[in-house]
Amino acid sequence: MKRIEAIIQPFKLDDVREALKAAGVNGMTIYDVRGHGRQKGHKEVYRGQEYEVDLLPKVKIEVVIDDARVQETAEAIIGAARTGKIGDGKVFVYPVEEAIRIRNNDTGDAAL
Amino acid sequence: MKLSATMRLLLFGLLTSVPMWAQQGDQIDTGDNAWILVCSALVLLMTGPGLALFYGGLVGKKNILGTMMQCLAMMGAITLLWALIGYSLAFSEGNAIIGGFDYAFLNGVGQEANGSISHLTFMVFQLMFAIITPALITGAFAERMKFGGMLVFLVLWAIIVYFPMAHMVWGPGGLMNAYDGGSIPCLDFAGGTVVHVSSGVSALICALYLGKRKGYPGQAKKPHNLTLSFIGACLLWVGWFGFNAGSALAANGLAAAAFVNTHFAAAAALLAWLLAEKIRDGKASTLGGITGAVAGLVAITPASGFVTPMAALIIGAIAGFVCYWSVVILKKKLGYDDSLDAFGVHGVGGTLGAILTGVFANSMVQEAPGGGAAGLLEGNSQQLINNTLGVLLTWVFAAVATLIILKVTDATVGLRVSEEDEIEGLDLSQHGEEAYNLEG
Repeated sequence: MKRIEAIIQPFKLDDVREALKAAGVNGMTIYDVRGHGRQKGHKEVYRGQEYEVDLLPKVKIEVVIDDARVQETAEAIIGAARTGKIGDGKVFVYPVEEAIRIRNNDTGDAAL
Repeated sequence: MKLSATMRLLLFGLLTSVPMWAQQGDQIDTGDNAWILVCSALVLLMTGPGLALFYGGLVGKKNILGTMMQCLAMMGAITLLWALIGYSLAFSEGNAIIGGFDYAFLNGVGQEANGSISHLTFMVFQLMFAIITPALITGAFAERMKFGGMLVFLVLWAIIVYFPMAHMVWGPGGLMNAYDGGSIPCLDFAGGTVVHVSSGVSALICALYLGKRKGYPGQAKKPHNLTLSFIGACLLWVGWFGFNAGSALAANGLAAAAFVNTHFAAAAALLAWLLAEKIRDGKASTLGGITGAVAGLVAITPASGFVTPMAALIIGAIAGFVCYWSVVILKKKLGYDDSLDAFGVHGVGGTLGAILTGVFANSMVQEAPGGGAAGLLEGNSQQLINNTLGVLLTWVFAAVATLIILKVTDATVGLRVSEEDEIEGLDLSQHGEEAYNLEG
């Protein structure tokens, strides 16, 4: 099992969810987060007082998937989230030790 | 049964209605009376919810209730004070500085005519001015003042600064009352000096005395909800029609002139501020627009019943640029934390408006107190001198009195919240509640 963590532009969330659904991924967890990579922030001015805002709003998606489908799932996310501009985000893949369904103690791939 | 003198006076006020103020021949005009009652409601609307929303949106989200409570507290405390003693100290016969006790406990203030409106109508209309004036100061010490300290400070401020100011400019025999034998006769239609200069200058002293907010100027000090501020500013604008046009104390042509001037000045100032922002900061902002409108409303206040609509446009435009300069450039240069720019908008805009009233006052709009030319442009330079003297006097009086009241309040109940309370926010630390319970 692998955990795919994707940080994307908030306005791309609907597209990514559609793509994941099409790829047969049913479960996911979504976080509202703030951060930045190479993307520069922006400047806000209130009554002449300037504020540099470099932590920008992003959405983080977590999906846990069986090893065989990691490639296609990551590709689905990347394809839907890409605009080609700086700030599109990143995808990280981590190994997952174990998964247990709370309702009935299913474990491993059966719990996903 | 033996009653103290105070109790007898109170009972007398409750049980009787003696027309002491009424001139022979005064009769209530129902139209005038209806209009001034509506105006009284409009002026109250300026404090709550107008100013409360305007200021509340500008502070952090942990301080909005604390900020709104400062306005609400004035609606309660100043009303009580006004009923007991305030109206009397401001508007009864006394000396040139302050009134006497003739109207204490509203003794002798009843339904009878006072001019063409009921004496009670006049009293309640003036009360609404007394409420908003100290509320304006709260913008200077936003996000760091104890609730109790704020209450004590502003009640003392109303007694020591506002009531004398109202008496000096509008009260019988007041020092600056141009229509009743004042030795420095100032033209102040609706409160340029009484309301805006006095509160604005006091606000500056508060900001200097209390020092900066923790973390100012930093990320956390951005306005948390400009939508609320926008609604508040627009309510202020509407309420200001009651403030200025109501100051005609009749539903007549002069009221219409003040109404038009008020609106015109706000529009011109809003555009001027946006233009200044566009030139200096690159973008015209919502906050700039509403701040500019308020600056225009402040500046036209003393002039609203004395100038032509074209002069109102000019006064508004000048106020937009000058207040932009004071809020954006002067404040940064001097380095004080007038959190919501009570001085930059009300102190500077009020000073400008009072001086420009001496320039643009036009005898075609309202006859000059002594007849003849009204303002500088008509050839009466004395009025400009008088109005400038009135402003200077107000500056000195408000600054000195505020400093003394701050020191006394600080030494007794205390002014500034502890650092922990400031970090936690006024809503929780002062009132035990939160504005936004979004997980609820």
